Amino acid sequence: MTKETLVPVLGIVTDVRVDTPDVKTFRVNAPEGGKCFEHMPGQCAMLSIPGVGEAMFSITSSPTNKEFMEFSIKKCGCLTEWLHQMDAGQMITVRGPYGNAFPVEGDLKGQDLLFIAGGIGLAPLRSVINYVRANRENYGKVRIVYGSRSKNDLVDYPEIVNEWCQEAGIEVFLTIDQPQEGWDGHVGFVPNYVTELGFDPQGRVLVCGPPIMIKFTTQALMNMGFEKTQIYTTMELRMKCGVGKCGRCNIGDQYVCKDGPVFRFDELGELPAEY
Amino acid sequence: MARIKQRAIELLSDGTVMRVIGWEKGEGNCDWSPALFENAAEMENFVYGDYAGANLSKYCLKFNRQEGKTLVVLKPCDTLSFRQLLHEHRIDREKFYVIGAGCKGMKDEKGGLLKCSACKGKEFEVYDEIIDDEEAQKTTALMDRMAGVIELEKMTAQERFDFWRGELSRCIRCNACRNVCPACSCIKCVFDNPASGVQSKAPVTDFEENMFHIIRAYHVAGRCTDCGECSRVCPQNIPLHLLNRKFIKDMNELYGDYQAGVGENERTPLTSYTKEDAEPGIVYERGNA
Amino acid sequence: MMRQFPANQVKKIIESIPCAVYAPVEDGAMVVFERYQDGMELRLDKICTDKTPKDILFPQWENLMHFRVEGKTIELSEQQRCEEDYVLFGVRACDIQAFKVLDRVFLSDPVDTYYAARREHGTIVALACGDPKETCFCKNFGVDPAQPDADVVLWLAGDDYYCEAYTDKGRALMSTWETRDAEEGVVEWVKGEIAKKYDALPFAKLNLKGFDGDHLMEKFNSPKWKKLSMACLGCGSCTFACPTCQCYDIRDYDTGNGIQRYRCWDSCMYSDFTLMAHGTNRPTQVERYRQRFMHKLVYFPSRNEGMYSCVGCGRCIEKCPMNLNIVKVIKALGEGENND
Repeated sequence: MTKETLVPVLGIVTDVRVDTPDVKTFRVNAPEGGKCFEHMPGQCAMLSIPGVGEAMFSITSSPTNKEFMEFSIKKCGCLTEWLHQMDAGQMITVRGPYGNAFPVEGDLKGQDLLFIAGGIGLAPLRSVINYVRANRENYGKVRIVYGSRSKNDLVDYPEIVNEWCQEAGIEVFLTIDQPQEGWDGHVGFVPNYVTELGFDPQGRVLVCGPPIMIKFTTQALMNMGFEKTQIYTTMELRMKCGVGKCGRCNIGDQYVCKDGPVFRFDELGELPAEY
Repeated sequence: MARIKQRAIELLSDGTVMRVIGWEKGEGNCDWSPALFENAAEMENFVYGDYAGANLSKYCLKFNRQEGKTLVVLKPCDTLSFRQLLHEHRIDREKFYVIGAGCKGMKDEKGGLLKCSACKGKEFEVYDEIIDDEEAQKTTALMDRMAGVIELEKMTAQERFDFWRGELSRCIRCNACRNVCPACSCIKCVFDNPASGVQSKAPVTDFEENMFHIIRAYHVAGRCTDCGECSRVCPQNIPLHLLNRKFIKDMNELYGDYQAGVGENERTPLTSYTKEDAEPGIVYERGNA
Repeated sequence: MMRQFPANQVKKIIESIPCAVYAPVEDGAMVVFERYQDGMELRLDKICTDKTPKDILFPQWENLMHFRVEGKTIELSEQQRCEEDYVLFGVRACDIQAFKVLDRVFLSDPVDTYYAARREHGTIVALACGDPKETCFCKNFGVDPAQPDADVVLWLAGDDYYCEAYTDKGRALMSTWETRDAEEGVVEWVKGEIAKKYDALPFAKLNLKGFDGDHLMEKFNSPKWKKLSMACLGCGSCTFACPTCQCYDIRDYDTGNGIQRYRCWDSCMYSDFTLMAHGTNRPTQVERYRQRFMHKLVYFPSRNEGMYSCVGCGRCIEKCPMNLNIVKVIKALGEGENND
């Protein structure tokens, strides 16, 4: 972890990739090259532009990437607006990694994995997917359901099509909300698509997306016979410190920044319904 | 108190109103709080009397959109705020049943409230019914409402500046004055806009705590009924009402006597133009005095 | 070793301390902990100072770092941590308990170094409370007003202060004071008197049954919050007056010569506290009000082996402009027989 609480290190944006009309992926390196710090899939980092603000983002790249970190960021508020205007070469500040991670070396090991993502919700899952790809022998079958508003809103479509879809042992199911010219894939919302596909209630499921999508998807999964203990998801709340002290992301006796952002679905049920 | 309580229970029971906003006792004798009562049983805790200082009209904003009528107990000065909220179309008259409650001047644990020492009278501006008693009619203002402002006007500009710097330096920007103020009825306050660049939580610069109150006073000018809640609730004891009264005094002198919250659909001095209005030159001269 | 010195010598003792001394002094109409200087009106008699001593350890706002931004490059310089020793003089038992609550937050992993440096450089001289107010209810939270947990403790008895050091820091400090051997039995008698006074207070027997992690959902879902919070203005005075409230905000300020990143007290009572670019999870004052008390009475104890983050100082009772307070919440939601 960056050595001092609240004190960031400097990072340089070495590449900016336009993924969708409102999502860009930023490659970040330490000024002397290499990564700012190591992390595990699902963990987050605080990025900031002095004078504009600081906010928590999930680290999109896999820890198996030894050269750089990547953040897929959707334009949403003040800071993200500013980040979207950056060019390569811009310095930013980075601190982290914060929070827990998906239990890739624990509960997920040896399991078939079902990833379900909606929109920018792919960002934290991409880290896990690529971690699993790099350690393929440790995991069973991998299936990925990913949906977006339109084809143009699928984040890093080239990687999905050119790499994930081509790999043995990985099945990818894509869907978009509304029919679109040039799209001959599935059309419909993620939860419905999951129901249509119908999965055996075994292995582990990792769900990430807008709260409403998570809600209906988990319902669909439970209808199929999945147990709450098989499902993992992530939470997002306003954060300032990232280390469980500033009090903002407190829900029940948990701090999302420190005890989360990854929660198993049964743990989530033990928290007061404030999200 | 018994008459108000009994009447409120009647109105709750016969379905005229769905809830009552009034006061309830606290842990001690003087610490009453505004409270919500939704049935006759809860009305057991209803109180009205010497420690019902809070102006309940601002709470009407909370209940304006809720189902059915809300009974609100208002003192004479509180009805001015209620009327002003009606003027500004922030609340609907038919959503409220107003019981005008006679007032002898309110107190807290330290004695009579400051706002009551400059009592604005015993008339109810809005009401569905009045429950008053003779005793209440007898008590009157103890001091000239503008005395404090006149004292300030006598000071030199530097003395006045120092006075306000001293007072406002205690401000912790808790926004209690704004949140209690019936004239501050904006759905989104300009100071809550993160893009405004105004840091609302820390007195980073002296400028801010000064400007917050001055800007707020400007925003409520012509609409402030002088209910005095801002000074009553200030946890740092800043005499904020003096800012508002200075505006009221100036407007009275420049545009003729005016009391916000009196009369129906009247145009306010700052939103109407007459040939008798003061020329800008007069304003400049006063500023240089 | 218990020692004693005449009460009228206390100013001389404070002045003899070679480092900075923060003590309760008069500031306008308020009594606050400030750096003591000659000529200030010392107010050791004031129980529950208007501002708590928490801002000595966790200031209302403090600079964290400074950035210089030029073109695409950023230079970062850290704010220096506290390096000077100081003495906090005349702190009461409830406020010391509050420091322990703050320690749980700031000194737990990862340690907040800004706070830790201040904590380390301070020596605390406590004063036992012989003069409770009606609003004191510290004993309900395991605080002993007669025996504060500090480096040095003072007891006032008659015209003398009795003092005893409990740590090396405390002994080092006390060794420089002009004192004599204490008369035996006096402090024991004072402690007994204090206990009697506290047991007779109105909130002495407040029942906290049911405020624990096991009843989290039940308390959270109580329909009573709506009424309890009705009058709340969301002003946050309670959080600022509270010795244990430690939520903070981090903000940037353009000094015209770079960017100053500072942190300042924040309040869960404010509407923007949890506001994110895409919405908020606590839309009305009901949820915000609930958060504050749930945190003090349920969430914090659940994470900290039953330690409450209320110390019963009673400041929120005095400060709330609408007379709302934690005692009302405890009585309304508690399971014990609290109703008189």
